[in-house]
Amino acid sequence: MSTTTATTLLPVAVPRGRAYARRYWMFAVPAAVIVLVVILFPWVFTLFMSVHEWKVSGATPFVGLANYTHMLHDERFQWAVVRTLYFTAASVIAPLLLGVWAAVCFASNFRFRGLARTLFVLPMMATPVAISLVWTMMFHPQLGVLNYLLSTVGLPPSSWVYDSSTVIPTLVMVETWQWTPLVMLIVLGGIASLPQDPYEAAILDGASAWQMFRHITLPLVWPFIMVAAVIRLIDALKTFDTIYVITLGGPGTSSETLNILLYQTAFAYYDLGYGSAMVVVFFVLILLISLLLLKFRQREAWR
Amino acid sequence: MSKRGISRHRVRRWFGRAGLYLSVLLLVSPAVLFFLWMLSLSLKNELDNTAYPPVFIPHPPTLSNFVDVFQKNDFLTYTINSVIVSFSATGLALLFGVPAGYGIAKAKATKAAALILIARVTPGLSYLIPLFLLFQWLGLIGTLTPLVITHLVITVPIVVWIMIGFFEGLPGELEEAALVDGATIWQAFVHVAMPLARPGIMVAMILAFIFSWNNFIFGVVLAGRTTRTLPVAVYNVLTFEQISWGPLAAAALIVTAPVLLLTLLMQKEIVAGLTTGGVKGG
Repeated sequence: MSTTTATTLLPVAVPRGRAYARRYWMFAVPAAVIVLVVILFPWVFTLFMSVHEWKVSGATPFVGLANYTHMLHDERFQWAVVRTLYFTAASVIAPLLLGVWAAVCFASNFRFRGLARTLFVLPMMATPVAISLVWTMMFHPQLGVLNYLLSTVGLPPSSWVYDSSTVIPTLVMVETWQWTPLVMLIVLGGIASLPQDPYEAAILDGASAWQMFRHITLPLVWPFIMVAAVIRLIDALKTFDTIYVITLGGPGTSSETLNILLYQTAFAYYDLGYGSAMVVVFFVLILLISLLLLKFRQREAWR
Repeated sequence: MSKRGISRHRVRRWFGRAGLYLSVLLLVSPAVLFFLWMLSLSLKNELDNTAYPPVFIPHPPTLSNFVDVFQKNDFLTYTINSVIVSFSATGLALLFGVPAGYGIAKAKATKAAALILIARVTPGLSYLIPLFLLFQWLGLIGTLTPLVITHLVITVPIVVWIMIGFFEGLPGELEEAALVDGATIWQAFVHVAMPLARPGIMVAMILAFIFSWNNFIFGVVLAGRTTRTLPVAVYNVLTFEQISWGPLAAAALIVTAPVLLLTLLMQKEIVAGLTTGGVKGG
């Protein structure tokens, strides 16, 4: 490598482009094999199973689109869709609002900023099963610490995850606690990349902090907020660990989202064909949202 | 908005400062209080844990819950399982994913990049039905192999995605110079690009490890009694010991402590990875 430093100073005329592009593919071959086996094979095989009646044992007759049409009549599935939408909408909006607020705070200089930011990020890195267990204990109606805290400020106890009317908002609270940091990090990255001139001009004009946020920061960071929103949308749709551990879809089925129903159908009732059909629908949904994400990325060519 | 007089300006600044500190306090305290409460639960005896009003400071703190976890459950085995699975899945992902990220970045293979992105955002659950059947046919259920293989579903896309971003950001001149000097593209990759990308590899490694360590869903379906990873094991503590909170909190802390420590120590790398990986990946 001693020679390279000298040659960089010279104008380089390496044949760029196609010939090289093709050879660089070799680098991707081993990973491509893995992707083929553990990612593409499951996709194709899921599609195959979704048009069969497939229980763990016994014959697997071809049933065409019956699994798909079943969804149209399956009330449990439809309720799961409704709940998923409810949970997802709330789990996008709340972290987004808090995350933008947090990003604005962490963008300014103050003592212990690094430490505060690290502590703030911890919930997102912690093992979801572990934190879910602790939340479960905190939600305990009689002995839980949360109801005690409510009583100290004079509020009536909540039934948290033990009542069908409060279970989803409670799970949204856990989700918000866990994932606001990701929104904060993305938006913070956006704020860090902003030019300083508009702020200096605004300060000279005597603008307030709120005015600067509203008319300078917000419009400029908007693309980052949108990216955070799409990522949050995908992650919220996929939520599994916390709901599974804290409520297992209960009480009754009142917190049974698509992902939980999917799990139950495939691995509790072993109805693999119907489960696969749900996977396909779910997958198409996620795919459409991902395309949205790609579009944002292409339009906003940052860095 | 008119503003005259220095004192008014100063008052407003002071309020702004106070508001900032108050905001940060409000934002950080749910995380801090949560983990402190987790610690408190794990260090108290059963009597204090089920007391009402709750006991906040363990008095005296006891380690018996941690001893309990290792004695009553086979947590040592599960820890070893977790270490084997996460290290293998991360190592293999780096081995395959770093060159792949380089190739995709250099060839500007946007379709391959899109495929990786889709793989990253697909719910893990959707891979499980076919892989479950596959491993059943192969007779691998009950061994650690299916876990390592399925964890590749998580680690490979993360590594490839972070590395694409990293290699794209590197200036290409050095490698081109090496090529002019007669190096093969493999040599240019190993001796020029890889050393420059070491920080990126570090980031990819940490994140791949954390996500593999935290994974629950693959283990819950594919692991047998002796092949449980820690998150699955700790969930089983919940189902079998309904109300003994001390051991439960201790077990939860054991599972998540390595990840929390890693986050505290490597916060810069993790933040860098999450913003590139997050913004660019999802």
